[in-house]
Amino acid sequence: MSANTNILEVEKVNKSFHDPVTVPVLRDVSFSVRHGEFVSITGKSGCGKSTLLYILSTMDTDYQGDVVIDGEHTQGLSGERLAAIRNEKIGFVFQFHYLLPEFSVLHNVMLPGLKLGRKSAAEVEADAMARLKELEMADQAGKMANQLSGGQKQRVAIARALINDPLIIMGDEPTGNLDKRNAEIVFGIFQHIASEHKRSLLIVTHDPDFAARTDRNIVMDDGRIVG
Amino acid sequence: MKLLLSIALTLLRAKLRQSIVAAVGVMFSITMFVALLGFMNGLNDLLDGLILNRTPHVRLYNELQASPKQPMQVADGDTTKHHFVRSVKPKDDLPRLRNAEAIMQAMERDPRVMAVSPRLVAQVFFNVGTVDLNGQVNGIDVVQEIRYYRFADYLTQGDPHDLATGNNTIVLGKGLADMMAAGIGETVQVTTATGDRALLRVVGIFQSGIADYDKVQCYANIKTVQKLLARPGSYYTDINLKLHDLTAAPAMAKELAARFKVDAVDVQSANAQFETGSDVRSIISYAVGVVLLIVAGFGIYNILNMMIYEKLDAIAILKATGFSGSDVRRIFLLLSMIIGLVGGVTGLLGGFTMQTVIDKVPFETAALPTTKTFPIDYNPKYYIIAVSFALLTTWIAGWFPARKAAQVDPVEIIRGK
Repeated sequence: MSANTNILEVEKVNKSFHDPVTVPVLRDVSFSVRHGEFVSITGKSGCGKSTLLYILSTMDTDYQGDVVIDGEHTQGLSGERLAAIRNEKIGFVFQFHYLLPEFSVLHNVMLPGLKLGRKSAAEVEADAMARLKELEMADQAGKMANQLSGGQKQRVAIARALINDPLIIMGDEPTGNLDKRNAEIVFGIFQHIASEHKRSLLIVTHDPDFAARTDRNIVMDDGRIVG
Repeated sequence: MKLLLSIALTLLRAKLRQSIVAAVGVMFSITMFVALLGFMNGLNDLLDGLILNRTPHVRLYNELQASPKQPMQVADGDTTKHHFVRSVKPKDDLPRLRNAEAIMQAMERDPRVMAVSPRLVAQVFFNVGTVDLNGQVNGIDVVQEIRYYRFADYLTQGDPHDLATGNNTIVLGKGLADMMAAGIGETVQVTTATGDRALLRVVGIFQSGIADYDKVQCYANIKTVQKLLARPGSYYTDINLKLHDLTAAPAMAKELAARFKVDAVDVQSANAQFETGSDVRSIISYAVGVVLLIVAGFGIYNILNMMIYEKLDAIAILKATGFSGSDVRRIFLLLSMIIGLVGGVTGLLGGFTMQTVIDKVPFETAALPTTKTFPIDYNPKYYIIAVSFALLTTWIAGWFPARKAAQVDPVEIIRGK
């Protein structure tokens, strides 16, 4: 896969909220993300950056326009197929950590891999351990998810996002809920993923420092890309 | 599927107490369902058996009645005229079955027939001092009766085989024996309708559970009765048939009546009221059982609904990481089915235990000499019905919450935080 391949292409995406009156939130949004590119999206609260991210993540299907992930047009695909795309090609990191508290750290990381079913459970477990080790969380693998601190949880969530070697990692304010030190660690991990693993990253943030250090910053205002 | 199952199990473990409560609800209803149906049907069988065990499926006999075709009509041949012949009497004939041995041979060869046994019924008087007591002696083929009509079950005293082997022996009904104050080994004098007298030795006391019956009926070897009536060895008044398929009896009775020109009655016409009683009892027990299961189903529905509200985050994250709506639905359906299965299986064990306990509870009644404890029908049918019902109700109870979980919009949950 060449460095110029577009992992994600967004063509004239429009979306409106209809309750109680029709309010457009995204207007003709078009951009693309190349292979291995680290892109951030910034903008004021309510400018539609998170809404855009959830459309790109395939979880929100109520929009007009075209979203192409790894050459596949996602508009109109079945829920099953979209879930499979999320599972295989997209890794997710949220502002809140969203680990499953009933499962151990290791199991949380393994779940998307087990769902993909491309490897045996033992292989998935080895992969998960490798990811955790990379993020210096290997010693926490046996703990339950709710026994970790915020920064640790976010690292586990990143390990989970990486388990299926996704083409693109999407993040919705992944450092928004962390202190300066942990935010720095997470940024470092993202940079490492982009440069070493050659994964694309698309991170929504309101932290100008964070945005300034990414390959490209997309600025949004009132549902449009302005810079 | 294995992954979904392990997720369901993990969620279940996290909410162990509520899951156990839901499972106990199912268990309780299954226990009651199995115990109730086993008990009800045990009772049904007992009560039906009271009559049906001893009643032939088809009885062939010869009823003495006025000939439907009077000689005058035959002689005249003109059906348009009306004959004023009054007080027509039955023909002077013996109440025997004509050609009984040939009929028996034909029936032995019939594949539908399980057992053929002849009877010879004689009206007699028992002479006790100066009093004559009315009685009916049933001459029976003792071995056949023991085997197919549970004759031995209704003997409270004595050995039925004495009746088979001994000459001039008799088994008295309990009421009759009490009236005559006759015990085993004593002799009673009988007078037949034709005035012949004989002495018969009592070898057993019979109790059917129907008091009026026991005051009149007694049993003797068929040879003894033939001798008593001074009739030949082929003289029978009834032929009793036991069929392989009870439901075929009405059709067969009609067929045999036409074929052998005898009277025939089937067990269904003779005892129609028993079926009705059994059916009503079954319906009531099924209704109660199903209501219990529905209540348990509501319990599961509630607990799953609660669980889904508590697990909205988990559902959202599962969906975000690539689990589809139907995966999520399957997880919660599995959860419900596990509760149903665990509750169902423990309920079966509970039901079996309860049946065993009921089976040990003493239940003695004069009407049922062989019954010492409450009757239970251990038919596996009820276990299968109970488990299928449990799985069905838990499936339905789980389906609605599971569908709700499948429709959870992860964006709403994740952004709403």
